Amino acid sequence: MRKPRVSTWGGVAGAVVVAAILAFVLLPGFVVMIAAFNARAILSFPPESWSWRWFAKALAYDDFRAGFRNGLIVTGWASTIALLVGAAFAFVLDRYAFPLKRTIEGVLLAPLVIPHFTIGLGFLILAAELGATRGFAVVVACHVVLVLPFVLRSVYISLRSLDQRLELAAASLGAPPGRVLTTVTIPLLAPGLVSGWLFAAILSFNEFTASLFVTAQRTQTLPVAMYNYVREYADPSMAALSVMYIVATAIILIIANLFLGLGKVLNVEESR
Amino acid sequence: MPRRPFLRAFVSPAALCAIAFVAAMAAVLQFSVRAYIPGSLDPGGFTLVNFAALLKPLYGRVFLDTVWICFITAVCTLVIGYPVAYALVRAKGAFLKSAMLIVVVTPLFLGEVVRTYSWIVVLGNNGFVNTVLLKLGMIERPLQLMFTSFGVVLALVHVTLPVMVIMLAAALSHIDPDYERAAESLGAGPIRAFLSVTLPLSTPGIVAGVTTAFAWTFSAFATPQLIGGGQVNMVSNLVYQLGFASFNFPFAASLSVVGLVLAFGMIALLRAGLRPLEAVGPQ
Repeated sequence: MRKPRVSTWGGVAGAVVVAAILAFVLLPGFVVMIAAFNARAILSFPPESWSWRWFAKALAYDDFRAGFRNGLIVTGWASTIALLVGAAFAFVLDRYAFPLKRTIEGVLLAPLVIPHFTIGLGFLILAAELGATRGFAVVVACHVVLVLPFVLRSVYISLRSLDQRLELAAASLGAPPGRVLTTVTIPLLAPGLVSGWLFAAILSFNEFTASLFVTAQRTQTLPVAMYNYVREYADPSMAALSVMYIVATAIILIIANLFLGLGKVLNVEESR
Repeated sequence: MPRRPFLRAFVSPAALCAIAFVAAMAAVLQFSVRAYIPGSLDPGGFTLVNFAALLKPLYGRVFLDTVWICFITAVCTLVIGYPVAYALVRAKGAFLKSAMLIVVVTPLFLGEVVRTYSWIVVLGNNGFVNTVLLKLGMIERPLQLMFTSFGVVLALVHVTLPVMVIMLAAALSHIDPDYERAAESLGAGPIRAFLSVTLPLSTPGIVAGVTTAFAWTFSAFATPQLIGGGQVNMVSNLVYQLGFASFNFPFAASLSVVGLVLAFGMIALLRAGLRPLEAVGPQ
């Protein structure tokens, strides 16, 4: 048996530091949860009485409802388009050499480092220049560009670990390329495709800054509606909505972790 | 059978997206050199007046503040992100590991507005920190935490932490723990083993994490807008104000262009500055 790598006291101190940082991460969510169940409109800690009324109010607020519907429209289109475009491109990126390969890849990954307000401003000006109305099309186009890098990365990682001999086997048994793709490649890539789509959907649904630029009153998504609410009102409806958000996101991630292995998707653990 | 099936069909949609993105960026660039016609949304003729106007001290101040806030945020995020990433990678139990990962990653997917709002509830004059401290009798009147750069940086560190931890953990997970054990079996203490083996080997993660944290902070809008409340302004806030309060889109565009150049310049500097770290390793 080896001697312990870190002395006991060092280990305890390390654990305390990590626990303190995780507490810092959890603090705002915890505080918002208390605020959401506070019966009074004014924040006070600890609350004198508890209530569900802010949840009812948040669920009944028209802008939140419209924002939720608009968000689903934008997210549904954007994440699905991004999945199709991104998965197809990841495939050719992994397999073939072709002209402008690195250029297209570089351009598609650029939204990771270019500020969202610049991208939003760009799509807003572009839509105006083209004479397009500020409908859903421009919002969806902007979101596709924003989430594409995440789909690309997720699908590319699964492609790398795919055993190409299975495809060759199918082809040698006479399957045409289209059949190989649909019966071998796509089923084997399923976890990467699902996680790519999931990340794209969550990120698109929550995207705020670029959306603020490209949405109009009629197309405003939930984060934009929430931002406008926070600017105008101070009651805990927003806290109630935040709690619903936090719980829904955590549940989605826990399920994703069970089925997809979050660690592998995020590339933070060695795949064996 | 074609030698490269699906090539054209699979590249074209991606190329189209790339073209749309380039067109949007070109639109910003093009607007940045157009004149502003008050009361009109259409830009005037070509001019460099917008860039000349950016030389005013007011804008210099905003650029400096932005870079400073991004820098401080990136450094703080690295310092508190590293222990978490290390613990995440080296945690023994599968449950502990998953739980830590969920706690760290969930905020990443909540979006800037929800997280910023939570910080308003924590930092406000009637917020969590002030009420608790008042109740405990540790302060007599509420501390001013909102509308300060401290509050903005604190919230930004919280916003940026998940991505930093993911990048650091990705680098750390590819380091074989046996290296550290080897160093210890040769007589190095755990601290020395960490400093001379693990830390240098994790440099790629540090560089990636710090530059991404910097870029993300630069991109932040809701946090400085709501927590800064006009007292702390970053480039993003000014771009939005110019666009949607004064409809001066040409000026907003030129500010974005200079902001982008500045951000890339700073990221290049950061990369250069972090390079010596790689030399810390064992001789």
